[in-house]
Amino acid sequence: MGKRVGMEVAIASAEAAALCKFDVAAVYPITPQSHVAEHLSDIVHEGRVDASFITVESEHSALSAAIGAAGTGARVVTATSSQGLLYMSEVLPIASAMRLPIVMIIANRAVSGPINIWNDHSDIMPMRDTGWISFFADNGQEVVDMTIQAFKVGEDRRVMLPVNVNMDGFQLTHMVEPIIMPEQEEVDRFLPAYVPYAALHPDNIVSMGTLGMPEIYAEAQKSKDVALVNSIKVVKEVWKDWEKQFGRKYEPIQSYRTEDADIALLTMGSMGETAEIAVDELREQGVKVGLLKIKLWRPFPFDELKKAIKGIKVLVVTDRAISFGGPGGPVFSEIRSALYDQPKRPKVVNYIIGLGGRDVTVEGFMDMVRRAAKGKLSERYEIYGVRG
Amino acid sequence: MLEIRWHGRGGQGAVTSVELLSLAAIEEEKYAQGFPSFGPERRGAPVTAFNRVDDKQIKIRSGIYHPDVVVVLDESLVALVDVAEGLKPTGILLVNTTKTLAELKKNIKFSGKIATCDATGIAWKELGVPITNTTMLGALLKVTGVVKIDSLDNPVKERFGRIAQKNMSAAKSAFDQVRIIS
Repeated sequence: MGKRVGMEVAIASAEAAALCKFDVAAVYPITPQSHVAEHLSDIVHEGRVDASFITVESEHSALSAAIGAAGTGARVVTATSSQGLLYMSEVLPIASAMRLPIVMIIANRAVSGPINIWNDHSDIMPMRDTGWISFFADNGQEVVDMTIQAFKVGEDRRVMLPVNVNMDGFQLTHMVEPIIMPEQEEVDRFLPAYVPYAALHPDNIVSMGTLGMPEIYAEAQKSKDVALVNSIKVVKEVWKDWEKQFGRKYEPIQSYRTEDADIALLTMGSMGETAEIAVDELREQGVKVGLLKIKLWRPFPFDELKKAIKGIKVLVVTDRAISFGGPGGPVFSEIRSALYDQPKRPKVVNYIIGLGGRDVTVEGFMDMVRRAAKGKLSERYEIYGVRG
Repeated sequence: MLEIRWHGRGGQGAVTSVELLSLAAIEEEKYAQGFPSFGPERRGAPVTAFNRVDDKQIKIRSGIYHPDVVVVLDESLVALVDVAEGLKPTGILLVNTTKTLAELKKNIKFSGKIATCDATGIAWKELGVPITNTTMLGALLKVTGVVKIDSLDNPVKERFGRIAQKNMSAAKSAFDQVRIIS
């Protein structure tokens, strides 16, 4: 059942892609993703997978090359971060519109300015509506598992969409920690060979990515939306398969000690486990608190959220990005909107935390819960710990 | 859980030390984290790196502010940065130096346990270069017992290949020579 190794998480993500025997990697390096790019390049150079590594001059080209390669029916991996992801932005919706199951490993990082290389989610949030499936990992093990799962979900004939796996920059990418690395034979059993729906080939001429006139554009967009909405069934199915084979459970929203909770924290990404410790400590003090961790951001797990919040009176949503001039962080807006038509819904409080690598401690989470207990903060949303 | 902060200068291998210690702990079926001070690094500039080691799963991912152990790879840092900052009173400060306790106390405000080792001397002798990261790792293992020194064998072999043996003997010399002086 896999081998327990100590490994830097960025490198482990590249190893996970190698276990999936990608055909093409098209990647441009950027901090804190660079070790992913370097290691994918090493893997190809050493001949450990029968693949091409396309060196490109930018992220825009990286994703464009990935699309071209995926169009020929190749299994493609790419990776980026921050400004790199923003630079890819005009190509992101093309990948999903062309229904190409590219897997992108994202080392989440703040966006400029001021220039900041540290972690938050302000790179992925503006890319929310580009039609990609989005996973968020808590730890190195989840990064590895989700990278492998991403290929299976994306390539499923019922889905055929690109998938991004989000891992927090530095907090995860630069961490050496224990990871159970699946064996090649196990991954081969889990992940079938990719059979593309259509492929560019000189002997079989097809057009991809054509013009969509007003008569068809709305239908094309609806088709993408339906595919993304319906993909949640496949995500859950793949996660069940994973659990059966590897024994590690994945759910769109993972609940922690929420059974009798009055108040619950909600996190996405690597701060989830730190928040678990805060929940444990508050429980010892008699506070009925739990934690919800979102693992599947797109498609948004509406039904799972409704189930998960049962009995909870105050939901403390943490965001790691700002929607400037908006109602609160992007996760908060979605959660509140998703609960609007519920007859019984919790009060929803929003803290924006960990911007640009600002550390959040166990005590910080405990303080947030205590201050949110009444279900209201003095502001519509609070940037936690901010000065001025 | 044992939390360790390493002080070095960019290029002295503090990050390699935390990686090797993590790998050794994981090899012993323990749980470990090894991570650099996140951000850009410049050769020669003061840097820090961190370890957590525990027998159970480590969930916390915030920074380390109150380490149990501080390791100083370069004695010139003692006058530049507060190496004992946040160090638990019951903790250990381990410095690569030949200075006496009285000399160290001029710059270090720490009343707990201080251990020293002439890692630079050992490194010159064993490795022929004044790079003290693996040497100080040996000293750390002696004063903390956090992992067995033999558990370093595989990680050091994998990391250093040809010069692994020299690094291991430097670590072992430091293991034997480190002294608690207060």
